[in-house]
Amino acid sequence: MQTAGGVSACLPIHSDMDLVWVRQHVRQAAAQLGFGLVEQTKLVTAASELARNTLVHGGGGQMECAPLEGRSPGLRLTFSDDGPGIADLDQALRDGYTSGDGLGMGLGGARRLVHDFSVDSRPGAGTTVTVAVWKSGAPRPREER
Amino acid sequence: MPEREAAGNQQTPEHAVGDFLLRRREQIAQRWADAALFRTVFTVSRDEAVEAGRAVAEALAAAAAAGRVEDPEANAFAVVREQLSRTAASRSRAGSTIAQISAEVDALRPPVTDLLRADLADASAERVLECTTALTVLMGTLRLVVLETVMSAGQELIDRQRLQLLEVATPVIKLWEGIVAVPLIGTLDSARSQVVMETLLDSVVEQHARFAILDITGVPTVDSLVAQHLMKTVAAARLMGAECIVSGIRPAIAQTIVHLGIDLGSVLTRASLADALAYALQQQGADIVSAVPSPASHR
Repeated sequence: MQTAGGVSACLPIHSDMDLVWVRQHVRQAAAQLGFGLVEQTKLVTAASELARNTLVHGGGGQMECAPLEGRSPGLRLTFSDDGPGIADLDQALRDGYTSGDGLGMGLGGARRLVHDFSVDSRPGAGTTVTVAVWKSGAPRPREER
Repeated sequence: MPEREAAGNQQTPEHAVGDFLLRRREQIAQRWADAALFRTVFTVSRDEAVEAGRAVAEALAAAAAAGRVEDPEANAFAVVREQLSRTAASRSRAGSTIAQISAEVDALRPPVTDLLRADLADASAERVLECTTALTVLMGTLRLVVLETVMSAGQELIDRQRLQLLEVATPVIKLWEGIVAVPLIGTLDSARSQVVMETLLDSVVEQHARFAILDITGVPTVDSLVAQHLMKTVAAARLMGAECIVSGIRPAIAQTIVHLGIDLGSVLTRASLADALAYALQQQGADIVSAVPSPASHR
């Protein structure tokens, strides 16, 4: 229901069907903000990877989607779960490392697909991954932070 | 007269309502037949609507007589489920929202309440209140039962469609002697990619295919899991002696795969299904030539 219109939303991630919902919402939100096709596809793919991590490794959680103000429109996605957390973040970000049976490209790949990427995780305290993307043409507003 | 009232007072309000519903079921059914819920479904014959209404009234009477006006699990409501599930399901298929159906079920109450009040014209005010309250609770339970039915019908529909999608979206097409193709459409989750792999491998055996083309034009997102599924399928087909070609890789998808860092180097890829078919034909030694001789050959 929250998918209809609007960029801001908080979507649950508890099943494969929810992943479809997340992807569709992110695609719609990105299209609404005027993202190009390549940017949309990259963001949706990153969201898909992170949402799946939330589901598979975090045992389910949620995604928050919010628009970003700036010189050009942007989108911030926050994936959070109350799962076991990530013990070694550097290892988790390394391509090819997986604690499951995937390719081990999800977290590192998602980082390459977005402009801003941060992970907040401690063992036993859940994981929150926040990514931000701005519409192309804009400089990465890292200096604002 | 005092005698009757005394007799009436001995009954619990629930029993009184049960008796009333049974006694007046004909009138109730007649009035319900004109209510939106029944009228819009039994459009062909009013008799059918009356009959359905009578069955529901009898079931409600049984539930009341059993003193279980608040219990949606009462046996009597099984009849209601059966009767009204068809009705409510067709309303829901016709595009009615849950709120509309709820309002329509609620609209069944006032005519019955009116009848009940008329029936209790010479009872005490307290008695009237007791009985109408029991009736209201009973009709509330009816509404709950109907809404439950509607929602479970919706869930059943979703489950069924999910299963249908699994089958529908994985046709294996024989493009040429020894060449099969699977146009993949939609989300490629684990369950679906398992089906895809199985049907593809089956058809490789069946068609003695040397080339299998996986077309991902209709897959909106290719993330690492989808890529992994594709690679597994390609590897499995290769073990069976078929060469796999992944086609339909759009520019946006190609760029995303590169950024994601997935190495599809071990997989033969082509931009379009046509390219993939041309490649497979060429590998089989078939050449595509124009049937009309080119103008140059006439000179």
